[in-house]
Amino acid sequence: MRRSIEALTLAAVFAAFACGGGGGGEEADTDVAVEEAGPVVSPDSAATITGVVNFTGTAPAMEPIDMSEEPTCAEQHTEPATTETVVASDGKLANVFVYVKDGLGDRAFPTPSTGVTIDQHGCVYHPHILGIQTGQDLIIKNSDGILHNINTQPTVNQGFNVSQPVVMETSKTFSSPEIMIPVKCDVHGWMHAYIGVQPHPYMAVSGSDGTFRIENLPPGTYTIEAWHETYGTQTQTVTVAAQGTGEVTFDYSSDMAGRPVPMGDPIDLHDHDPESRVASARR
Amino acid sequence: MNWSWLLPEPVSTFGSEIDSIYYLILVITGAIFVLVEITLVVFMLRYRHREGRRAEYSHGHSTLEVVWTVVPFILVMVIAWMSMSVWLEAKIANQAHVPANALPLRVTAKQFEWNVTYPGLDEKLDTADDYVKRNQLHLPVNRAVRIDLTSEDVIHSFFLPDMRVKQDAVPGMVIGVWVQPTKAGEYTLGCAELCGLGHYRMKGSVTVHEADAFRSWVMEEGAQPPAVETPAPADSAGADIEAASVSPAPDHEQSSQKPATEEEEQA
Amino acid sequence: MSTMPLEVGHPSIQHWAEPGHADDRSFIRKYVFSTDHKVIGCQFLILSLTFLLIGGLLAMLIRWQLGWPGTAIPGGAILGEAKAPGGIILPEFYNSLVTMHGTIMIFFAIMPLLVGVFGNWLIPLHVGAADMAFPRLNMMSFWTAVPAGLIMLSSFFVTGGSAAAGWTAYAPLSASPELSGVYMGQKLWCISLIVLGFSSLMGAVNYITTIVNMRAPGMKWMRLPLPIWALFITAILVLLAIPVLTGALILLLFDQTIGTTFFLPKNGGQPLMWQHLFWYFGHPEVYILILPAMGIASEVLSNGARKPVFGYKFMVYAIVAIAFLGWIVWGHHMFQSGMNPLLGATFMTSTMIIAVPSAIKVFNWLGTLYRGDIHFHVPMLNALAFVAMFVIGGLSGVFMASTPVDIYIHDTYFIVAHIHYVLFGGSLFAIFAGIYFWYPKFFGRMMSSTLGKIHFGLTFVFYNMVFFPMHNLGLDGMMRRLYDPNQYEYLAEFQPMNTFISVSALLLGAAQLIFMFNFLWSLKFGKKAPSNPWNANSLEWTLPSPPPHGNFATMPTVYRGPYEYSAPGREEDYWPQNEPPAESGRRATQHEGVHA
Repeated sequence: MRRSIEALTLAAVFAAFACGGGGGGEEADTDVAVEEAGPVVSPDSAATITGVVNFTGTAPAMEPIDMSEEPTCAEQHTEPATTETVVASDGKLANVFVYVKDGLGDRAFPTPSTGVTIDQHGCVYHPHILGIQTGQDLIIKNSDGILHNINTQPTVNQGFNVSQPVVMETSKTFSSPEIMIPVKCDVHGWMHAYIGVQPHPYMAVSGSDGTFRIENLPPGTYTIEAWHETYGTQTQTVTVAAQGTGEVTFDYSSDMAGRPVPMGDPIDLHDHDPESRVASARR
Repeated sequence: MNWSWLLPEPVSTFGSEIDSIYYLILVITGAIFVLVEITLVVFMLRYRHREGRRAEYSHGHSTLEVVWTVVPFILVMVIAWMSMSVWLEAKIANQAHVPANALPLRVTAKQFEWNVTYPGLDEKLDTADDYVKRNQLHLPVNRAVRIDLTSEDVIHSFFLPDMRVKQDAVPGMVIGVWVQPTKAGEYTLGCAELCGLGHYRMKGSVTVHEADAFRSWVMEEGAQPPAVETPAPADSAGADIEAASVSPAPDHEQSSQKPATEEEEQA
Repeated sequence: MSTMPLEVGHPSIQHWAEPGHADDRSFIRKYVFSTDHKVIGCQFLILSLTFLLIGGLLAMLIRWQLGWPGTAIPGGAILGEAKAPGGIILPEFYNSLVTMHGTIMIFFAIMPLLVGVFGNWLIPLHVGAADMAFPRLNMMSFWTAVPAGLIMLSSFFVTGGSAAAGWTAYAPLSASPELSGVYMGQKLWCISLIVLGFSSLMGAVNYITTIVNMRAPGMKWMRLPLPIWALFITAILVLLAIPVLTGALILLLFDQTIGTTFFLPKNGGQPLMWQHLFWYFGHPEVYILILPAMGIASEVLSNGARKPVFGYKFMVYAIVAIAFLGWIVWGHHMFQSGMNPLLGATFMTSTMIIAVPSAIKVFNWLGTLYRGDIHFHVPMLNALAFVAMFVIGGLSGVFMASTPVDIYIHDTYFIVAHIHYVLFGGSLFAIFAGIYFWYPKFFGRMMSSTLGKIHFGLTFVFYNMVFFPMHNLGLDGMMRRLYDPNQYEYLAEFQPMNTFISVSALLLGAAQLIFMFNFLWSLKFGKKAPSNPWNANSLEWTLPSPPPHGNFATMPTVYRGPYEYSAPGREEDYWPQNEPPAESGRRATQHEGVHA
């Protein structure tokens, strides 16, 4: 009996830890941002970073998705929907997440009042790659009217797995910076998206022409990182003057496939694999 | 509304055998039900309280007790006995029941989809011409199919209502299931075990083809390059990372620009 | 009234008429932290009826979704964005609802009603004891159940919602927050049931000790009222089954919190082990939930029919047989689980055999009615409904027991119908019978008979309209726990039937308001209850209503069994257990004096 009670207490304590573990410290960021009201960057000194993501080699073909089981979605696509793992054309790579990784110092940025929308439409996420600021509303929209579930598997943030059985919107936030949070729908196994969370608004996603643009930066020297779901990350350093524009070019090639891609590695309590332990320890 | 106690038409070899046991039980229990309830109502009416009435002072009847112990015992033992062979035939997917020329399939359940691996033209699994279809089960008619059933995450239940097949798919176990459809047509595959928020959507279509049609379907599908049903490259990259756990915990900032190859080697 | 001579002439009553026994306990000691089994019984009654109401409301939400899938509940928006945005129930909340409905009804409504309420109310009075063997332990048992209930309810309000893996909590879904989307809720579920387990154990120890050691002189085993036999066997089942559940829950909690893998296939865990442990507890639990109901029904049937229980000894043997066989049939919940089919065949045989003692009981109840003098008072109506409905629940069990038929109907609405015919049609009707029967004894007032009959009639009709069609849905292949069956084309055509069931369910729920009103209104305005309103035989009816603290002023002596109704040669058609035989009255009184 006594033992059972001890075990129970132990379990209760553990339960408390498991609950309170996620993202306590990072909340401070948001608080600071709220305190410092007003624009952090004065409009007359704001700088801009633009750039392009080049791609060499042969991109894997975007494969058609068999949506026959879900007529509601299949009807929405005149062309068969394809995977968006590598979207490259004319030597340019799209869907690369580019963000300011370092150089902003201790500046804190207010949380935008408007949210960022991710839309599930035709059983495809729009957009496929998404940047959002900590504390900013992520508006998840179901335009299809059939069941989608939004299963996020972050490492540092509190994950969620919620469903939308009808046309509706759900709002969620992330409290901590994280590169990148995988998003999936378990009902439609082909649906994938990635969300990057930063404590500042300086992030962009390369378009189909490979270009991106980060605006309204304070002058300074920045480390810019590009992230791609297949080809991994690259960083560049760039210095911008007041009202100036910095140019950054990232070069990806098809032989970078298979490199480690930093992204949400869900905290798995059950991962007792000694190999991975060693690997993590060595870092 | 359907108030009938008849089962839908069975379309597998053991389906009709299962149904005959069901109807046997239905007749036995139905008769008992009617007898008991009628007796109850008759007693209630006949022995209701009236002025001057007094109940009979009786504590029981040993012979009756023996009778209504032995008769139900015999009845249930008969039911059990008759169930036994059908049960073993339907559930044990070994040589004793499954014909040697059975078509091998693999069904892997995950939240919330049924991934069916087809052996291709060589009718052998784990060869180059295997292909995977998501939520589509295609079967030849009048031919036994042996399915290796497993699950990747939680317990699901592989339910073919028309063929009277139900088997839980358990992660960490590969369970043999067999069925021989007896009628071509379109049927349903469902999940019968609560498996999460998408449980009610975890369904697949079942197409039972005539033998020729099945062969041409295999040729058609097998000719195509593996479509999206095989894990997408993004996934496999992600999975590699996960398996090796090289990707850092919270602070990605500290990892340098060129960790890729190094980490790979470490892993 | 024929009870008058007894009340006046009975020695124990006379004793109680004397002053000097004033109850000087403080309010807290008397009504809150009371050690009086009668007060604790009433506390359990309030607790479990509250949970019965909550569980019923959850069922209404489930039926709303199934009756009108995807439509907003009027005013349902108060459930919150995470559960029902705009009043539309989300699938994850639906899973929560079915899980919590099952959990609350089984662990916090039916089980405490049968074991907590009737165990406390009846055991000391029926065996002729002043109180339980361990009154403080008894108090602790109740006050352990309260936090367990609060923990369970609190799980509705945590992020991720309450447990949603079914009341059976099959691992790995229950053990993996990342797969279920439920984080804290499942842990609270485990903790709550672990705590409740301690409450049940304390109760069970008490019941067994009291029944074994504290029977009044002459209260031989074969003179015990059948509810006491049932509760005695039930307490043994609780004592042996609950620790298995508690152990399994602790392992499940560890899997969720500290990274063990008892039930996860990684690192050698085994999902089926959870099912074995759960059902090794779970099947005895089924009998914990029906045996006391059978006892209550026997008591009321015999009283209503004014006739001794037919085959009393065989009834006792049947209870013992059910309890014994109940330990070796758990595998019948796992026929389709991946357990070896040969083992399934064995479990089928033992399961078929357990139908026999149940059949014996039904036939004996019919025998009790045969050539009786049936008074259709409200408890009797409910007891008769118990018999009629238990027959259906028992017979539908044979379908599931037959392994090949189970292949088709396992995890369909057929089993939903079956469990509700046993737990609602069986246990709950017996509970209603018991509450109507003993309410006067414990609250000192009669419940309204008219309202009682209306409540019974509506409940009986609507109940069958709700659950009988579920058999048909199951036979048509409708699976359990489907948020929206219309997603399956072949099930979409049964939507009218689902709507019919839901309308009936809402009416069934509404009919319970009559019971609530009757219960509460009668507390204050009911007719004052005489000491023996039903002309019954067992010991509690010789005491005032309600019985005083300490029950019997002098220890009663028992001369006969509890069901000596309509004995020849007596004017009355009942014969209290402690009334001395007429010809040897003087000797018996002296005998009684010795014990006092």
